[in-house]
Amino acid sequence: MTSQKSSSFVNIGERTNVTGSARFRKLITAGDYPAAVEVARQQVENGAQIIDVNMDEGMLDGALAMTTFLNLIAAEPDIARVPVMIDSSKWDVIEAGLKCVQGKAVVNSISMKEGEDQFREQARKCLSYGAAVVVMAFDEVGQADTAPRKIEICQRAFKILTEDVGFPASDIIFDPNVFAVATGIEEHDNYAVDFIEATKIIRETCPGCHISGGLSNVSFSFRGNEPVRRAMHSVFLYHAIPAGMDMGIVNAGQLDIYDEIEPKLREAVEDVILNRTPDGTENLIAIAEGFKGQKGKVQEKDLRWRELPVAKRLEHALVNGITKYIVEDTEEARAASKRPLHVIEGPLMDGMNVVGDLFGSGKMFLPQVVKSARVMKAAVAYLDPFMEAEKVLLGTTDETKGTVLMATVKGDVHDIGKNIVGVVLACNGYEIVDMGVMIPAEDILDKAVEVGADIIGLSGLITPSLDEMVYVAREMQRRGMTQPLLIGGATTSPAHTAVKIDPSRDNGPTVHVTDASRAVGVVSTLLSDEDRPLFVETTKAKYQRMREARAGGPPKKRHPIATARQLSHKIESGPVPAPSFTGTKVFEDFDLSVVARYIDWTPYFSSWNLAGRFPQILEDDIVGEAASDLWRDTQAMMQQILGQDWFKPKAVIGFWGAHRQGDDIKLDTGDTFHTLRQQMMKDNSRGNFALSDFVAEVGDHIGGFAVTSGPQADEIAKEFEAKGDDYSAIMVKSLGDRFAEAMAEYMHAQVRQELWGYAADEALSEADLIKEAYQGIRPAPGYPCQPDHTEKETLFRLLDAGRIGMELTSSFAMTPASSVSGLYIAHPESAYFAVGRIERDQVEDYAKRKGMEVRVAERWLGPILNYDPGELELV
Amino acid sequence: MNTRNDRITALHATAKERILILDGSWGVMFQRMGLEEADYRGDRFDTGAYPGQMKGNNDILCLTRPERVSELHDAYFGAGADISETNTFSATTIAQDDYNLDLQSVIDINLEGARLAREAADRWTAKEPHKPRFAAGSIGPLNKMLSMSSDVNDPGAREVTFDQVYEAYRQQIKALNEGGVHLYLIETITDTLNCKAAIKAIMDLEAEGMEKLPIWISGTITDRSGRTLSGQTVEAFWHSVRHAKPFAIGFNCALGADLMRPHIAALSRTADTLVAAYPNAGLPNEMGQYDEEPAETSNSVSGWAKDGIVNILGGCCGTTPDHIRAIANSVEGIAPRKPEAQPERMRLAGLEPFELAG
Repeated sequence: MTSQKSSSFVNIGERTNVTGSARFRKLITAGDYPAAVEVARQQVENGAQIIDVNMDEGMLDGALAMTTFLNLIAAEPDIARVPVMIDSSKWDVIEAGLKCVQGKAVVNSISMKEGEDQFREQARKCLSYGAAVVVMAFDEVGQADTAPRKIEICQRAFKILTEDVGFPASDIIFDPNVFAVATGIEEHDNYAVDFIEATKIIRETCPGCHISGGLSNVSFSFRGNEPVRRAMHSVFLYHAIPAGMDMGIVNAGQLDIYDEIEPKLREAVEDVILNRTPDGTENLIAIAEGFKGQKGKVQEKDLRWRELPVAKRLEHALVNGITKYIVEDTEEARAASKRPLHVIEGPLMDGMNVVGDLFGSGKMFLPQVVKSARVMKAAVAYLDPFMEAEKVLLGTTDETKGTVLMATVKGDVHDIGKNIVGVVLACNGYEIVDMGVMIPAEDILDKAVEVGADIIGLSGLITPSLDEMVYVAREMQRRGMTQPLLIGGATTSPAHTAVKIDPSRDNGPTVHVTDASRAVGVVSTLLSDEDRPLFVETTKAKYQRMREARAGGPPKKRHPIATARQLSHKIESGPVPAPSFTGTKVFEDFDLSVVARYIDWTPYFSSWNLAGRFPQILEDDIVGEAASDLWRDTQAMMQQILGQDWFKPKAVIGFWGAHRQGDDIKLDTGDTFHTLRQQMMKDNSRGNFALSDFVAEVGDHIGGFAVTSGPQADEIAKEFEAKGDDYSAIMVKSLGDRFAEAMAEYMHAQVRQELWGYAADEALSEADLIKEAYQGIRPAPGYPCQPDHTEKETLFRLLDAGRIGMELTSSFAMTPASSVSGLYIAHPESAYFAVGRIERDQVEDYAKRKGMEVRVAERWLGPILNYDPGELELV
Repeated sequence: MNTRNDRITALHATAKERILILDGSWGVMFQRMGLEEADYRGDRFDTGAYPGQMKGNNDILCLTRPERVSELHDAYFGAGADISETNTFSATTIAQDDYNLDLQSVIDINLEGARLAREAADRWTAKEPHKPRFAAGSIGPLNKMLSMSSDVNDPGAREVTFDQVYEAYRQQIKALNEGGVHLYLIETITDTLNCKAAIKAIMDLEAEGMEKLPIWISGTITDRSGRTLSGQTVEAFWHSVRHAKPFAIGFNCALGADLMRPHIAALSRTADTLVAAYPNAGLPNEMGQYDEEPAETSNSVSGWAKDGIVNILGGCCGTTPDHIRAIANSVEGIAPRKPEAQPERMRLAGLEPFELAG
């Protein structure tokens, strides 16, 4: 690092960490312990003061690997001379490690994630084994992101450790969570600053403690660009060490000398780390490419696996998603088996178990798993006739591991995530009954009885679906249905499940599932007589704690709505020029290849659970291979979409004379768009926004739009599903969504440059578009600027969106699913914002303006209420 | 003065006033008694149920010749020792496996050993109330180590697991406590991990409600390298066991007084608790016998006392009541070392120490 600032910083080596070093992981999984020991030796020889040993690898018996490795290095004086950091997310692995070290080790880590009792118990055990501890800033609610949360959690943990457990302060190392900055998400911009500020205060208020962190996280969004990452690490440490960070997991090769970083790069990195300028991320991305080294390799086809025994060939095909030889291999296996079922239960399930393990441990990614499922389905499809024939012959039936009923709830049409979960579960041997989208509670529960579902899974993407899920839970209670209820989907959260859904029934478990990778674990646990009671109990307790934690903290104080209105944004210039027409206009017959240029690919990858910015994601160290494969397959489908005009997108837009009246936008047609105002207390000079602030009080205009890629995506997906190709089905749906978003972007450009024409001479690149670096906004009802979905009703009526085949469901979700709608606001000062939580005074006023009952308004605004409205009526 | 708590209070108070004296060797004294196989076996351990040789299993004398054990306690208390150890150095199921002893017999050795030492200490305290006596429960090393390979061809091989060692020590500690000892003496530690298993057993039993007693931890520096048999330096050893918050830390055995001094001095600088030392009577001669005279031993260790680097002195292999008497006399009136609080640091250890300022 630098000459003056590195003196008291302890560098923890992570080469003996299977999650941090691919080489070490390979050695350990291959059982090559002598070579693994050499890795440790080199690391100590190179100056590591502590070695971090981590064996968290899905394929490994972690406790056994930890024991074996620590016993081996205990016999090597050159290695054993330094202390060991026993690193695992599993307590049994940590404890196995503690039983092998004669010196004083460090446990990495414990936290209050599962509550104070478990934290106390594990801390007491660490003390009795004579180990120091790393404590993660993690509590029942989750991982701390902001400085106040980091500080609060660490202070609470410190008090428990020093006062209740009797832990020496100097043996406590806090890890306040280093998170990635420059992700493109505004909330992430301050993460490094949050860490540094929290470090300072934790060191001051928890005397004697230490601060550590995993450095490489901070530069996560620049994976594949080592020079930028190194600079980010050095700059981060340059500021974090003086604040009190005195330990860190740092790969010494991943650091530059601060003073020797290229000045332009250092400046840009410093802007990002210290969050000094709002455009820091953009600037760094802009110059980052220039610092990137050479990378990339050529893949060659290797057919040696064809020489393996048939079971291994099937495994290889499943793991690598290769359908080419599946029929001949399946036939070979069938011919060698007594019963066709044995092929499924034997080599095919073995192969899928390997897939499951790889997926569970983060070695495989969703698109690859879905491809594996396609291979599996092809094999099963081949075997089906043989099994049917056998059934007729023997008159037998086969049992499955359990039946999971899945549905997207009434009023909601989104199902990509649900389909992925279904595929993953099916791969793992569960019988899946997928009812599709917009399913009323009664139908879901009737079906569950009919098919004898062991588990019911509900999915939803839009906020009103949350209430529908509460209703399903209440109905299960009323009907005495005791099956586990799984909750998933973009708007769902552990907190909502804990506070709203879980208390709605007490006759069976309700569990929130964060993403597809968790689904198998949760389902298998819930269906295991042995594991279920403990899991149900701990989940119940966790939700109870979350409810208590939520009830405990008073909501943040808000401005009265009258004050917030005084603080409204006052636009400086008058109305923008009038649009080229008023009224509405329908657009059809789009050139798909033009629209495709407006696609933002980053969310596409994230819909496949692949995190990272496009196109860097293709060269990512971790998901790069999976992303590249997906990209190749996607390009192939894109060619078909463009070449055969798979989608028939349509759009309708409208412009109307309008003026602001308080928090409402009055149209010359006599209609009104109601808007909501921020009531949060801001510490900056920006006002408390409502969308109406960006419309002049006289003589202005407003626009509206509804675009869809058409019903074709869903129709084509069904065809793929019928052929057993879920991979392509999910892909076409995801692309439908991307086209709808691209349509919105494309139409907005047309509006700015021509149809409204207020920015006739703008010249923006596609990257600028994605960054929304243009004048004017296109806010959508149901999103942070205007969280009320019911405003879509006015919009759809004014646009007569039914003309282009778009409808609203009872929950105001749009059909077809691949659709986007919103307003156009053109004023140069207009900007996106989040309304945030609002108070009762505004809700009452808003309800009055809308001619809606307060209770009804509270139901639609439930997620943003800053007060407890009591029991809300359901539809 | 007669409850265990009162006596422990007295132990802490006395340690502030003067240098405490531990007793000397037991092995050499039993040897001198010329006991035979029948003495060791008594009525309880017939050759049918307990085949093989029993002679040499000194701990079993707690059950079969308790009067000879009491006799030694008396000899050492009479020579001026403040603390006498129970005759339970090898009384664990793992160490007693060599003699095929069952768990109940092992527990009984500890119970009886503790009772005998306690009885002697109480008797001498009654007789000389100005000089309270203490019974220390001896917890010795095992012949099986957790940090060392048991197979030259496989560095990862171990003869026992941590859980087995923990369980063995836990049984011993529980019985010693029930038998009435005033403190524990985990001694002749060759492998710090074994010692940590014993510490954990104590901490767990206390967390479960067992009465808390002072802990004295005594390691063994095996040769001139200045390291324990399992390879740790003095400071690394201290860092690895200080979570026990020991009443005293020190070394014993393997070395005579002259070779042990630098290690005691090192501990004295770093430990914020009492420092104890009980060396052998020099190094063994060619015949395996210790021939350092009492005056020689006392001459060395009284020098440590004058330098202010020790709080507790005694003798290990080859030392006799005469040695203890000589040591006790030589340090009379010399002020004990005053432990100093150490700056708050994170103190970790591998084979070598690691420190990070707070």
